[in-house]
Amino acid sequence: MKKYFPYIALAFLTVIPLLELNSYLMHILILVVMWSVIGMAWNLLSGYCGQVSFGHAAFFGVGAYTSGMLYAKLGISGWWGVPASIVVVTLFALVIGYICLRLRGPYFALATLSIGVILRIVVENLVQVTGGDLGIMIRERSWIEKTWFYYIILAIAAFSYLLVKKIIGSKLGYYFVAIREDQDAAESLGINTTLYKTIALCLSAVITGFAGAFYTNYMGYIDPKVVFALHDISIIAIMVVMVGGVATFSGPIVGAIIMVVLAEAIRSIPMLGTAHHTFFGILLIVIIIFLPNGIVGDFLKLKRLVGLARRPS
Amino acid sequence: MSFLEVKKVSRFFGGLAAIKDVSFEVRKGEILGLIGPNGAGKTTIFNVVNGFYHPSQGNVFFKDLKISGLKPYQICRRGIARTFQVVKPLQRMSVLDNVVTSAFLRAKDKRQAVEIAHDSLRFTGLYDDRDVISRGLPLGKRKRLEIARALATQPEVLLLDESFAGLNPTELDESIGIIRKIKNRGITIMIIEHHMKVIMAISDRIVVLNYGEKIAEGTPLEIRSNPLVVEAYLGEAQSA
Repeated sequence: MKKYFPYIALAFLTVIPLLELNSYLMHILILVVMWSVIGMAWNLLSGYCGQVSFGHAAFFGVGAYTSGMLYAKLGISGWWGVPASIVVVTLFALVIGYICLRLRGPYFALATLSIGVILRIVVENLVQVTGGDLGIMIRERSWIEKTWFYYIILAIAAFSYLLVKKIIGSKLGYYFVAIREDQDAAESLGINTTLYKTIALCLSAVITGFAGAFYTNYMGYIDPKVVFALHDISIIAIMVVMVGGVATFSGPIVGAIIMVVLAEAIRSIPMLGTAHHTFFGILLIVIIIFLPNGIVGDFLKLKRLVGLARRPS
Repeated sequence: MSFLEVKKVSRFFGGLAAIKDVSFEVRKGEILGLIGPNGAGKTTIFNVVNGFYHPSQGNVFFKDLKISGLKPYQICRRGIARTFQVVKPLQRMSVLDNVVTSAFLRAKDKRQAVEIAHDSLRFTGLYDDRDVISRGLPLGKRKRLEIARALATQPEVLLLDESFAGLNPTELDESIGIIRKIKNRGITIMIIEHHMKVIMAISDRIVVLNYGEKIAEGTPLEIRSNPLVVEAYLGEAQSA
């Protein structure tokens, strides 16, 4: 039963549009799926391979701008950005990896944090190339039919899920976890740690880039402050996985549902403004103290906490 | 042709010479003991052979090819595996997964990796513990896990760094048995050990280090009666 759960979930998600939900609910659903894609990507690099990234907005943004620039400069459909982002984001990730993956632990995290910020500033200032702060407009935002967007991101999500699952069950996955647990031990077991960290980074970056390219096409408009945002992209990517469950398959999905719904709920509180980030901070503290492995990772503990499970006899 | 040769190797940390102009040879199929007081440079030698450190001077040759300067993973691929004095299990992985990870080095697919890992676990007597998360393993078994993991890379040379320290007498006997079995498989062993009874019993030859320099080399019998060694390390009681 448990084995088939992902397929059942996928089948269920496939028929959801038949319910003819209103446009707002579809929007939320699309965001949830998009965030689970980003979460799965972050999880691969940081959850499994242990290289904690605070800069996934960089890959999201590069993916988004690949789409945007193809449309703005070449005049072709922004959807070409999805395949094109594979090449662009990989090249970008290779450069980032070459610089940052020499660093370990917190130093790697800080380096990636700065990469995200640097990229935002670069894109803001390269006005001739990127349009600077004005961003890139693909179409006016209007009440568009959302079903196809939903299916596209769902396909990306299903692909990412299967990819991660396949990788983690293979030699790559073993090597990633070995590097996370002890890099020196991994190295002495014949694992070329630099190579495998780079592979993890590239895979993670490409998946994040898909989400970015999708975002451009879906929203119709991007600007540097949105797609390279530290607090709205990089940090939320971490939150999604931390809340859902680090190094679990379904953690990013659970995390995405909670984070997106929570973000919407908090935003609807009047007079709160940007203070909604405070809630995320508090949530993160609570999670780290009570459920360090996230909701999926600590599911049994969670059940016990709320008194649902029988006490172990 | 020499099998594994450490040739005039020095390694400096700042102004301090952790090892100074050390040369010795490991012959194929033998067990070479490496002894000396704390801080004599034994683990530094391992780190140089294994590639964690590059020698400041001198070279290490394996089957007449220079391996000093290579990375640890490249040296492991050439057939030199090691264990760590401070054990480094992949903590949140099961015992089996630990060994499967290292078995992937020679396996062509996962099925074969698991097969090699099972072999290696049976060989070291850890098969019944294969599903335990290695963080929960007692020290004695963690030390053996280090050996199992190193063996799964199917090495020609095995470097054992204090694999006996902190073991109780029963575990000690088990581990000695395992080392002998490894030797019978034709794997060459270089071993660092403080436990004199063990090292004298299993070593074919012994190299003694003191303050980073080699002060003696020879069979256990020769070493036991070498006045330099007695003075530097063994002490009067042992020699009597």
